[in-house]
Amino acid sequence: MNAMLDTPQNAAAPVIAGKDLVKEFPVRSKGILRRKVGAVHAVSGVSLEIGQTETLALVGESGCGKSTTARLLMNLIPPTAGEVIYEGKDLTKLSRNQMRPVRRDIQLVFQDPMASLDPRMTVFEIIAEPLRVHGLFKNGGRDRVNSLIEIVGLNPEHRNRYPHEFSGGQRQRIGIARALALQPRVLMLDEPVSALDVSIQAGVINLLEDLQDELGLSYLFVSHDLSVVRHIADKVAVMYLGKIVEEGTTDQLFAGPAHPYTQALMSAIPLPDPRKERTRERIVLLGDVPSPSNPPSGCRFRTRCPLFKELSEADQSKCIDIEPLLRSDHAGLTRAACHFAKPKQLV
Amino acid sequence: MSNISVTTGNGASRAVGARGDVVLKVDDLNVAFPSEDGLVHAVRGVSYELRRGQSLGIVGESGSGKSVTSMAIMGLLPKSAQITGSAKLEGEELLGLGDAELSRIRGKKISMIFQDPLTSLNPVYTVGFQLSEAIRTHYRDVNKAEARKRCIDLLDSVGIPNPQQRVDAYPHELSGGMRQRVVIAIAMANNPDVIIADEPTTALDVTVQAQVLEALEKAREEVNAALILITHDLGVIAGHTDEVLVMYAGRPVEEGSVDEIFYEPRMPYTLGLIGSLPRMDEDRGHRLTPVHGTPPSMLNMPPGCPFRPRCPMHQDICAEVEPELLPINGTGHVAACHFSDQLVDKAPDDVFAAVATDLAVEAEVEAAEAEAAAIAEEEDK
Repeated sequence: MNAMLDTPQNAAAPVIAGKDLVKEFPVRSKGILRRKVGAVHAVSGVSLEIGQTETLALVGESGCGKSTTARLLMNLIPPTAGEVIYEGKDLTKLSRNQMRPVRRDIQLVFQDPMASLDPRMTVFEIIAEPLRVHGLFKNGGRDRVNSLIEIVGLNPEHRNRYPHEFSGGQRQRIGIARALALQPRVLMLDEPVSALDVSIQAGVINLLEDLQDELGLSYLFVSHDLSVVRHIADKVAVMYLGKIVEEGTTDQLFAGPAHPYTQALMSAIPLPDPRKERTRERIVLLGDVPSPSNPPSGCRFRTRCPLFKELSEADQSKCIDIEPLLRSDHAGLTRAACHFAKPKQLV
Repeated sequence: MSNISVTTGNGASRAVGARGDVVLKVDDLNVAFPSEDGLVHAVRGVSYELRRGQSLGIVGESGSGKSVTSMAIMGLLPKSAQITGSAKLEGEELLGLGDAELSRIRGKKISMIFQDPLTSLNPVYTVGFQLSEAIRTHYRDVNKAEARKRCIDLLDSVGIPNPQQRVDAYPHELSGGMRQRVVIAIAMANNPDVIIADEPTTALDVTVQAQVLEALEKAREEVNAALILITHDLGVIAGHTDEVLVMYAGRPVEEGSVDEIFYEPRMPYTLGLIGSLPRMDEDRGHRLTPVHGTPPSMLNMPPGCPFRPRCPMHQDICAEVEPELLPINGTGHVAACHFSDQLVDKAPDDVFAAVATDLAVEAEVEAAEAEAAAIAEEEDK
């Protein structure tokens, strides 16, 4: 019965999928030898699937490995273990030359639009650069760049301006235009709106939604903000210390998060509504995220878990000794990695 | 978090007034910075009253002058800043005081919490040293042992685990959330009348933000201080303030109780801010309504309403007369808009278009901005 429940709802093959991705960064000693003295377990066994015209949001606090996961999926950094399947191929096995045509299809938009644009290039040159790199500029590249500028809502007359002449929101639009230049199928959006003011953030979110509908893009949306995620995502995966602790469709997750971490995260996001804010239940976590170079045994969340403290000793030892796997045989609709998952309505 | 019992050392207790008294009164505060291109009017006529035990939220986008306002009150602006107006703390004028006089007030009667805790703590001293420094600077008769005891109590009350050990830790040994709690402990060390928190949680993760805001709330209740919470996050404002001041282009454009601001905004900018906010309690189908354009340059302020170029409701009068803050009803709710009565029962999408890339709208906004800049330049000549 579990196997039946666990099958994904859309039977269509995913555009891109990561299987059991693991990434460990070595910690080296000081001095000349620089021996490996340990490892930062940035990503520990993450599996993801993104379907056609689908947005998967990866949510978590800083240091939980969400950006590393996005880079692993793009094959920008080699994984310690696991594979990335795109069009039937395992990207991690490809050589640099074999990888190049695939890079066109998977593009990245960065968080800080000022740091990711070359200050000495004009907007036109920035957006034309990917076309030139892939040798596509000769065939109508100029028109393509102009139409891209228009698609992302910038004034085509501004094509000869430099990045510093634009506001934050406009710069982020330039970054999006550059990512779209090669007609990708998948966009990795790494906190694309966190650096923007609220009134401008909304415009970029709307733009991303429109582009997805028009161009049939698939998004991996990396964010720490659940309110933005609720707006834009179809599916959500919540990460904690390198592992996915809960996943489900956006509606399922917001209707009743079952993992105590998701519940705490959701209750910590302030609502811009004074009356609701006064009456809502707050779960305040104690302490900070443990170091990923020495994660807790068993359930990685147990050191901060409000549920753990209420458990009997026998149940507690279960959390300490046995690592919980993502499962859906609990009362909620999501898949949660908790031995004692129980859905709770919070919004 | 442990129980809250702050035993004030014998020297560290001060007479604390009753709840509801006006502690801080800011009147027509103006701040301008000379620059190569002319005067930058960062703050233009901010007035408010802060009562004991009250918490005032100041919202605005980057560059709206919300931080400069409180820096002026604290006397932390560079000497080149031109400050006029008045800021009275319990009847005592703060503006124009010398550094020595201000040093007696800062940290004792009024204290400030900054955004980045790592830059506001000194890396070469333990947190205990920095905490007791805050106490012993103002109360010289407190001996070291008493000060240390008080430090541990303070750290305990802001929710730092093992305060006996942590008091000897250096800032780099603590996490971001803990550092910010140390800064809050320093700010509340002398039972101040006013605590100003300038984006206290912007650099922190959400779960840590919740912890820090709780510590701040506790600190405020314990010392019965008034709190000024400066932030761009309307969610934080909704949960932690009683009164809200919305700032735009250096001016307050709307002020009222937190309920009035969120449920009955009477200034298009406030409405636009609320409409552009993604909400966790709203369905996915809901479309956000962005405010097109960017805030005006503070160098060449156009005549008339500074929000006019971005405002979908603007009319001819908006280009000529800058609206005053006018009362909406008898309750103290004020808004600076000529057409605030037209906003009764309006939802954000009634006023703002929910388009992402409408070039026509962008072009219109841009034309209005250019026109405004041209008028301003002409006036300068």
